[in-house]
Amino acid sequence: MLQDKDRIFTNLYGDQPWNLADARKRGIWDNTKALLDMGPDNIIGQIKESGLRGRGGAGFPTGLKWSFMPKESDGRPSYLVVNADESEPGTCKDREIMRNDPHRLLEGCLVAGFSMKASAAFIYIRGEFVMEARVLQAAIEEAYEAGLIGKNACGSGYDYDIVLHRGAGAYICGEETALIESLEGKKGQPRLKPPFPAAVGLYGCPSTVNNVESIAVAPEILRRGAAWFAGLGRPNNTGTKLFCVSGHVNTPCNVEEEMGIPLKELIERHCGGVRGGWDNLLAIIPGGSSVPMIPKSICDEVLMDFDSLKEVQSGLGTAAVIVMDKSTDIVEAIANLAHFYMHESCGQCTPCREGTGWMYRVLTRMVRGQATVGEIDQLHEVTKQVEGHTICALGDAAAWPIQGLIRHFRPEMERRILEYRKQAA
Amino acid sequence: MPKLTVDGIEVEVPAGATVLQACEAAGREIPRFCYHERLSIAGNCRMCLVEMEKAPKPIASCAMPAGDNMVIHTDSPTVKKAREGVMEFLLINHPLDCPICDQGGECDLQDQTMAYGRGGSRFDENKRAVKEKYMGPLIKTIMTRCIHCTRCVRFVEEVAGVPDIGAINRGENMEITALESVVDSELSGNVIDLCPVGALTSKPYAFNARPWELRKTEGIDVMDALGSNIRIDARGREVLRVMPRLNEDVNEEWISDKTRFACDGLRRQRLDRPYVRVDGRLKPASWAEAFRVIGEKVSSVEPSKIGAIVGDMAALEEMTALRDLMAALGSPNIDCRADGAKLDGAHRGDYLFNTTIAGIEDADAVLLVGSNPRKEAAVLNARIRKTWVQSAGALKVGVIGENADLTYPTTYLGAGPETLTELLNGSHSFCDVLKEAERPLIIVGAGALAREDGAAVHAAARKLADQTGAVTDDWNGFSVLHTAASRVGGLELGLVPGEGGLDAGAMLSGGVEVLFLLGADEIDTSGLDGTFVIYQGSHGDAGAHAADVILPGAAYAEKAGIWINTEGRIQMAEPANQAPGEAREDWKVLRALSAQLEHTLPYDDIAALRARIGELIEGLDMVDLARPGTPGPLRDDAGEMSDAPFACPVTDYFMTNPIARASQTMAECSELYSVGKAAAGEATGTNG
Repeated sequence: MLQDKDRIFTNLYGDQPWNLADARKRGIWDNTKALLDMGPDNIIGQIKESGLRGRGGAGFPTGLKWSFMPKESDGRPSYLVVNADESEPGTCKDREIMRNDPHRLLEGCLVAGFSMKASAAFIYIRGEFVMEARVLQAAIEEAYEAGLIGKNACGSGYDYDIVLHRGAGAYICGEETALIESLEGKKGQPRLKPPFPAAVGLYGCPSTVNNVESIAVAPEILRRGAAWFAGLGRPNNTGTKLFCVSGHVNTPCNVEEEMGIPLKELIERHCGGVRGGWDNLLAIIPGGSSVPMIPKSICDEVLMDFDSLKEVQSGLGTAAVIVMDKSTDIVEAIANLAHFYMHESCGQCTPCREGTGWMYRVLTRMVRGQATVGEIDQLHEVTKQVEGHTICALGDAAAWPIQGLIRHFRPEMERRILEYRKQAA
Repeated sequence: MPKLTVDGIEVEVPAGATVLQACEAAGREIPRFCYHERLSIAGNCRMCLVEMEKAPKPIASCAMPAGDNMVIHTDSPTVKKAREGVMEFLLINHPLDCPICDQGGECDLQDQTMAYGRGGSRFDENKRAVKEKYMGPLIKTIMTRCIHCTRCVRFVEEVAGVPDIGAINRGENMEITALESVVDSELSGNVIDLCPVGALTSKPYAFNARPWELRKTEGIDVMDALGSNIRIDARGREVLRVMPRLNEDVNEEWISDKTRFACDGLRRQRLDRPYVRVDGRLKPASWAEAFRVIGEKVSSVEPSKIGAIVGDMAALEEMTALRDLMAALGSPNIDCRADGAKLDGAHRGDYLFNTTIAGIEDADAVLLVGSNPRKEAAVLNARIRKTWVQSAGALKVGVIGENADLTYPTTYLGAGPETLTELLNGSHSFCDVLKEAERPLIIVGAGALAREDGAAVHAAARKLADQTGAVTDDWNGFSVLHTAASRVGGLELGLVPGEGGLDAGAMLSGGVEVLFLLGADEIDTSGLDGTFVIYQGSHGDAGAHAADVILPGAAYAEKAGIWINTEGRIQMAEPANQAPGEAREDWKVLRALSAQLEHTLPYDDIAALRARIGELIEGLDMVDLARPGTPGPLRDDAGEMSDAPFACPVTDYFMTNPIARASQTMAECSELYSVGKAAAGEATGTNG
């Protein structure tokens, strides 16, 4: 279990004010100049060493991502883009950071941007986060006034701007290239890759898109050293992580924990256990709506990190743990998610545009059992036709929950079909 | 030059090529819907997925740059499955209405379903239905059929330069729409060809024919001076539609809306028999009677009192016959410049579009003098826009004349010759742009030449081209943009007044007693009251109204003809059908008339006539090539320029010739775009 001294997000619950004066008391903006004095290469080196993997869902090594940015400008400026369009169902960690600890994010923006020689950071915040956007904007203004960002940021001689941009409420705008399109004022549709944003990103300039949490933890890693961060968790799955536990637990919460904490321990220790006891557990979606669910039998043992969850054919995703007890209509729960993906598909490429609606409609029938057993296989095949054939990962995200359902709850689906048949006869 | 392996075949492709192009180079067909060579890459249909070794997922070959040592498979089970999957997704919400769909028989979706589809449907849900959209009188929409490839969106935005079509909503509710307004482009009809399914089809052609019923003939367009390569589709005696043919040097694969949609004018207002004016009224007559009346009149007047004016759409064949006939009669009064353009035809370089249409893409600065290419040659305008796009917005285009929206940014320099003078004496700032450019292009339009001081304007523009280095050994940036398809051919044949001869203006104001109009309709006939007018042409238009004898001729689709476009490119067309009624190919009419006039022309068939044309002009053996011209000397004797502003000769884009004026489709467009827009502007309530 994570000890208090190792916590990064010390104001996760808003016990203290978010403002600059109190943020400084928590150690934020404490001699940030010294961090910048490490130099860009050293910063990236430290982040690489710490083993920090992107906290937005895909888990790509953050330091490596930063190192893709051009070392020498070809005349174009570079940008850091912070993805604060947190819309994955079940996920609410970035919201808490921006609400209660905005300066931690801003300091991260400066450090990360400096390391990749960016001239500005754009924070794209989800449109529905009204309060968070106000807090963040106020924090940005505080930071400008205090000379922490802007001209000669923190007295380092480095000029750095931070711009907050509010989205208009589209899940797809959390996909990094759709986010860039939206930021540029266009319809939020993912771009084709290659070219990757590090080569051609925002306004055609080299850009790196990072999740809020990835950026927010960076200064603390640099202050305490890469070894400290790497010492937490398991190899290749290091550090601390914010977990958002929701659903059928007694006390749903956000909590910062060590990577690799057993799922059962996470729930029992921080969330008061599953409603009605651990044995009442049906299944858990461990990483936000887009990863396949795992049934109780797997939940008993699995560790909460990228590799462990991948081994059980799921994923850590955003570490949004959705707990479902035995009162849950599991088929309807996934049909609900299928509706979400149908609604949020941008409509650009064929498999996702057409497939999400198809999957949702079939699944809706299956909630009632109004289908044939053969259709389960057909549905699985359709998910396979969507998965991996689309421009962005939304197609995958739409397919995986359904695959998880079929993988673990096929008997339940068949039971409903047979029951429906019986009633109809 | 990346080298890669496609299905075991090693290919080398130019740097920047895509995997799809590499596959094609290896002779592998890659199905696609959204990909189009001339549009930006969207990568959204996912039909072109192929397998790349070491890649975890199939890749969209249209969007993936070809790289060294890639190993691509286009025939693996994965690829087959991926294609079947995409095909199935495209079809689940596509209506099964092929029997009533106009795209049937030439539908990419149909063809590719046959080739790559699964063969049956597994989709049990309700299909999506989408409301029709209004996109003007030319484009018919059945949006339920749309597969969201966005070719139309990309075309109007990138090529046509009018972002009038876009997509709204998202997911399966995404819809292509023009927001219920007309697509304000002269190239809008091309989206019909681009649409891979039957979502956007031709409104005038709706439910007219099936593609396999049509007789397809290769033709040349005469609606403007570009000589766009077209395919004329006819069934029986009716031309039903006109489609573009590929010619990279001329029209790429676009044609203008007038070219495409004016073909219904070929069926209306036709002159299908000779007429003779008796007691002030035109009465139907036989060929013999018409010829007899002409013979009597011609024999009664001096040769110097006989004149001939050639209209805008004449082919070389009839112009040659007319030239020879007038020469045999001993008249020097012949003019192919019906609009009064001050071009003497002495030096080819003085009246050709020397840069060539494809050459526009090499220009790094453009000056338009008295020309609105968007209206006068819409496809050429798209080429200028393409050049601007390729230059990433760096191409500077200066405009002297009408300050019109040309779909790319222009610098308005002035309205008339005084600006040209300023450029000449170096006092205008745009001078530097032209001088700094390595390959400046100066386009002189009909609006600058068809005026009293046309020769002076021409001389000034020529001088400016010289001063700014637009004419060098390897670059000729002095270009004349004609508006009439016949003009360059006429000038090459020397159809300008001979010694002591009268020009068109003089002939039209009573300078001759007998005037022969060869399809000349864009003329002022008010001064012809005392003149005996013989009109030979295809449509009952301005010329026919003023005529004393009407000889019915063939329209462009009905004759084997040679046209020379504004670049000096000689192009041949085949007849798509026959002229109606008693109308005949024009050179045959003239040949028959010459016998009546006792000056029988020495050719009895088209081969002999073309041999004669070959005597008169060079390059008949270089069909389809633009033969460069040498410019004449700089002139100081061309007179003074007036200060009247240059006016575009095309006031109504849809009404520039008798065929277009006879077309219902064009009339509808004219009302909507030209007249209707002005009326709508007044009715908005936001303008006062």
